[in-house]
Amino acid sequence: MAKKVALLQGNEACAQGALYAGCKFFGGYPITPSTEVAEVLSVELPKVGGKFIQMEDEIGAMASVIGASLTGSKVLTATSGPGVSLKQELIGYACIAEVPCVIINVMRGGPSTGMPTGPGQSDVQQAKWGTHGDHAAIALVPASCQEIFSETVRAFNLAEKYRMPVQVLFDEIVGHSRERIEFPEPGELEVIDRQTPTVAPEQYKPYDTSFGDVPPLAAFGSGYRFHVTGLNKAQDGFPTTKASLVDDEQRRQLRKVDAAQAEIEKNEEYLTDDAEVVIFAYGSTSRSARYAVNELRKEGIKAGLFRPITLWPFPEKRVAELAKKAKAIVVPEMNLGQMVLEVERVAKGDCKIGFLGRVDGEPINPGQIIAKVKEVK
Amino acid sequence: MAFDYDKYLRPGKLPHIWCPGCGHGIAMKGLIRAIDACGLEKNNTAIVSGIGCASRLPGYVDFNTLHTAHGRAAAFATGVKMAKPEMNVIVVGGDGDGTAIGGNHFIHACRRNIDMTYVIFNNSIYGMTGGQFSPCTPTGAKASTTVYGNPDPTFDISKLAIGAGATFVARTTAFHATQIDKLIAEGIKHKGMAVIEVLDDCPTTYGRRNKFRSVVDMMKRLKDIAVPVAAASKMTAEQLEGKVLTGVLYKEEKPEYTQQYAKVIAKAQGA
Amino acid sequence: MAERFEIRFSGAGGQGLITAGIILAEAASIIEGKHAVQSQSYGPEARGGASKSEVIISDGPIDYPKATIVDACLAMTQESADKYANGIKEGGVLLLDSDFVKKEPQGDFKVYKFPITRTAKDDLGREIVANVVALGAMIALTGAVSREAGEKAVLARVPEAFLELNKKAYALGYEKVKELMK
Repeated sequence: MAKKVALLQGNEACAQGALYAGCKFFGGYPITPSTEVAEVLSVELPKVGGKFIQMEDEIGAMASVIGASLTGSKVLTATSGPGVSLKQELIGYACIAEVPCVIINVMRGGPSTGMPTGPGQSDVQQAKWGTHGDHAAIALVPASCQEIFSETVRAFNLAEKYRMPVQVLFDEIVGHSRERIEFPEPGELEVIDRQTPTVAPEQYKPYDTSFGDVPPLAAFGSGYRFHVTGLNKAQDGFPTTKASLVDDEQRRQLRKVDAAQAEIEKNEEYLTDDAEVVIFAYGSTSRSARYAVNELRKEGIKAGLFRPITLWPFPEKRVAELAKKAKAIVVPEMNLGQMVLEVERVAKGDCKIGFLGRVDGEPINPGQIIAKVKEVK
Repeated sequence: MAFDYDKYLRPGKLPHIWCPGCGHGIAMKGLIRAIDACGLEKNNTAIVSGIGCASRLPGYVDFNTLHTAHGRAAAFATGVKMAKPEMNVIVVGGDGDGTAIGGNHFIHACRRNIDMTYVIFNNSIYGMTGGQFSPCTPTGAKASTTVYGNPDPTFDISKLAIGAGATFVARTTAFHATQIDKLIAEGIKHKGMAVIEVLDDCPTTYGRRNKFRSVVDMMKRLKDIAVPVAAASKMTAEQLEGKVLTGVLYKEEKPEYTQQYAKVIAKAQGA
Repeated sequence: MAERFEIRFSGAGGQGLITAGIILAEAASIIEGKHAVQSQSYGPEARGGASKSEVIISDGPIDYPKATIVDACLAMTQESADKYANGIKEGGVLLLDSDFVKKEPQGDFKVYKFPITRTAKDDLGREIVANVVALGAMIALTGAVSREAGEKAVLARVPEAFLELNKKAYALGYEKVKELMK
C-alpha cells in the first residue's frame, strides 16, 4: 500500500512526529513561529486520549510537562527563543531531577523579542548552556520537514532512554516551509519507552545506580511512592548536602550522555572524502551549503558538507578528524558566531576556520557561502 | 486513642527543618489528619510544593511527592492532575512562593477550577532566606529588607483566590489547630480548586523583628484576630477592624477543569 | 521542466495567496510526485500589508528552500508589485492585476495583466475566489504543473459547497491567460 503523503509545514510535521512517538501530553504557550505545533496537537491529542493544555506562561508550560511526565506520559512543549529563555529554570529542574521531556525551539531572531517572523539560529549555544549549573544536554537540528518528523521521534526516544530533557531546534524557515512528507508506517521508526522499575516498591530508589547510569523511573500513581526535588539529592531522591553524594550524582548525569555519545551522535556528510574545504552547517543553512557545494564542485573546487543532526553533544571526534584532513572549515550560521566556537575549539588550529554569520532575518544564501569558501581556501 | 501520624510520615526523615515555635508543623499535622479523614490512598495521592520552609513538607510525608522550583508548584500540579485526573493532588507552600513568584500560576489554577487542594501556610515573611518581606507582610512591619517599616500594601490571599475563580476558599490559623483538618478535608472533598489559607507565624525571622516577646504572644495574636464568618456578620465595621475572617469564606459548584477536558476528548473522538 | 522552477505569489495579506502557493505545491508534490517547497513571509498584520508566498518545484530534492531568482511572479496590488515584483529571471513572466497595479515594474521579463479581482467579482459573483483565478492563470502561464493537477489540488482543498465555484474560478483564470498568450 502506498504510504500516506502530505504537504506539511515543519511545525505540523513536528506535531505528527510527536504523535508517532506516543506523546500524550502537550503543555505550551502561544509564541511565533512555533504555534502550529500547539495548534495541531490541540486537535490531535484528545483524539488519542492525550491531553493538551495552554498554560498561563512559558514557565508554567514547562512545569506542566514535567508534572505530566512524572505520571508516566511522554510529554512535549514547543516554543521559540524568548520562551526557551523563560523555560531555562525548569529545563534545569528536568535535568537534575532526570525527568524525560521534549522541548521544541523554532528559532527566530533575538535577543529579547527580536524578530518574531524572521529566522535565526542564535539559540544553539543556549541549548547547551542556557540553564545554570553543570548538566548534560542533547539537542537535535533537523533540516527538512521529513527530518523534523523523524528527529522529533528520535528526541522522544533519547529523552525516555536517558531520562532527560531533549531539545529539537529548527528555524523559522523549515518550521514554516511546506514540503511533502511521507508518513512512516507504525513500527517503521523505532519508538523507545522509558525503563520502569522491576524491584518491589519498598526497594525502589529513583536514582539507584545499581541499574546503571540511567536508573529506571517509576510513575506517580503506580504504587511506587518516591520523592522528586530540584535540590542535589542522594540515590533515594531525598536532598543531601553530603559532598561525595552530590559529586557522584552530578558526574553521573554528565557521564550518562558522554558514555552514549556514539549512539546519540548523528551526522550527515556530503562529498567530504576528498574535500579541501568542509562546510560545517546545520538546519536550514545546511541546505544552502549543499547547494553551494554542488556549485563549487562544478567550478572544480573540492568542497564538502558536514551536517550535524545531533548538535549536542558536539561531534568532537569527527570534526577534529576533518580539521586534520581539510585545508579549511567554513561555518555559516544565522547568528554572530556560536557553533564556530566549538569548531575552533575542536580543530585546535589544525586548519583554517572561516565564519559567515547573518542576523538580518534573511537566510544565508548559497552565493554567500560560495564567496566565503573562495575567500578562505 | 491518639492519632497515629507515623502511618503517614516517612521513616528517618525527621526532624524537620522548621524552627521551634514555627506554625508549619501544626499545619502539617492538620493536613495529615485531613488526608486520613478523607481516606485518601497514599499511592493515589500526590503532594506538590514549591520552594521555602513550608515547601519542605513533601519530603516528610509518605505519598508521591514533588518538591518543585520556587513558585511553580501549582503549574507542576496542574500537569500531574491533567495527565492523571484520578490522582488526588494537594499543593502546599508559603505566602511568598504562592502569591509573589508563583502568583500567576496560582491565579490561573484558581481560574481553571482544576480539582486540587492548595494549602497556603501564610507566615507573612520569607523565612528560609532570612526574613525578607513578602506580599503578605503587614504594611509598616519590619523585615530584613524593610528595616524602616514595610511600605508595601498586602495581598489578601483568600480574596485573591475568590477573585481568581477558586470555588472553595477557607481560612484558619495555627492556633485553631482542630479547624485546620476540618477545612482541608472539606477542601479535598470539594470538586474543584480549593484554597485553604492557614495563618501561622515565623518567630525566628518575623516575631523577633516585630516585638513579639514569645511564641505564645504570637499565638495569642492569631487567637485574637480570628473571627468566625458567622460571628462577623453580627459585628460592626469598627469591631472588625484588624480582624481576619475564618472558616469557609466561599463555596460554589462550578464545572471542574479535568471534567471539562474529558468533554473535549469525547468531542474530539466523535461522541 | 527545469531543474528548479520558482514561482512567487504576492498581494495583500488575506487575499489567499499563501493558499494559492500551497495548492500549487500540493499539485506538484502530491499529485505529480515532484519535489516542492512552499514558503511565505508576511508582516505582523493579519490582514492587509504586503504578503508573498513562494513555491519551488524541482525534479530532484530541493536544497535551498527559499526563492533565489524567480521564473514567474504574480502581484495583486501596487504595494506587493513594488515590494516583491523583483528578482525575476530574464525571460521570466510577471502577471498583474491591472485594476490595482498602475505603475508597472520594469525589467527583462514579459508582463501579462488582466483585472483578476474584478473578473472574480463580475464573472463569478465572488471576489473571494480571486486567488484561485490567479492560480489558474499562473499555471496556464508557466506550465509549472498540468492543468488537471492544478484543478485536482484546488478541489481537494475546498469544502464541498464551493467545489463548483472554485472549479469555475480556476478554469476562468486558466483560459484568460491562454487567450492573452495567443
